[in-house]
Amino acid sequence: MRITKYIITSPESDILPSDIAMKIYRSKNDVNVKETCFGVIINGEEKALNELLKEIRAMDPNGIFIKDRGFPPGDARRCRGRRGGGARPGFYMIEHESKMLPLISKALASEREDMDIVCPPKKRPLDLEKLEAIIKTELS
Amino acid sequence: MAKVIVYPLTSTILADLVERMGHESLVIPTEVRKKIISTSIDSPPLNITPDDPKKGLKWAAVDVPSGVRGRMAIIGPLIEAAEAAIIIDDPGCLTGCSGCNRANELVRLLIKTKGIPVLEMNYPEDENEARGFVRKIKIFLEGLK
Repeated sequence: MRITKYIITSPESDILPSDIAMKIYRSKNDVNVKETCFGVIINGEEKALNELLKEIRAMDPNGIFIKDRGFPPGDARRCRGRRGGGARPGFYMIEHESKMLPLISKALASEREDMDIVCPPKKRPLDLEKLEAIIKTELS
Repeated sequence: MAKVIVYPLTSTILADLVERMGHESLVIPTEVRKKIISTSIDSPPLNITPDDPKKGLKWAAVDVPSGVRGRMAIIGPLIEAAEAAIIIDDPGCLTGCSGCNRANELVRLLIKTKGIPVLEMNYPEDENEARGFVRKIKIFLEGLK
């Protein structure tokens, strides 16, 4: 099933909608992209899109926000170009929330830092020389 | 992974945070998608038929405006599927499919009386509030199975 997603960048993010669009073009997936003032709208097969979204989110994990959209990009039933102009109703909600996105981005960043402090360092496999020494002492 | 309904049902921030933390967000656009890309579309351009307000009768009485019942035909199944909920008490800006205050009151009531875990909060206004906002959501979602 083809699905549509909004990718919304925080106003303080260094990532531009065009950066996201270029990343999608380079991925060579069968995905439709529409650049907007707040991010991009993408439409494609669910499986391919979900993989691509992980890569896009990795561009700026704290500054990129993703949500579902019902209508595909440029759909005549919603596109303002065919309705005589004016924002579509859903835009006002995005505009309202986009003012809060920098705050949420900073909160996510600080939450990530806290996690880095709390998480112990990853265990590494036992060094080969150490293992040999243990074997020698145990078997001798 | 739990199914978490968010209010406002069109919220980018809440839907993103829920998905980011490994759960499924229940939002209106996924239901609207079913109405517009289904192959057997009965009532172009949108597949909204006179049956939809009738479906809404499960959640709202017959004397309730058809706009509320029509919305409930879409939102009602989401509430039934929800295993947890995050509610913003005063979202400030609601338009389009979440722009009916009577329907929104009913949605909040049904969520709260369903008996599922509910997290109620307000949108943050400064950095400290935003940290608390994200942390509360994280702790709430981590507590769900």
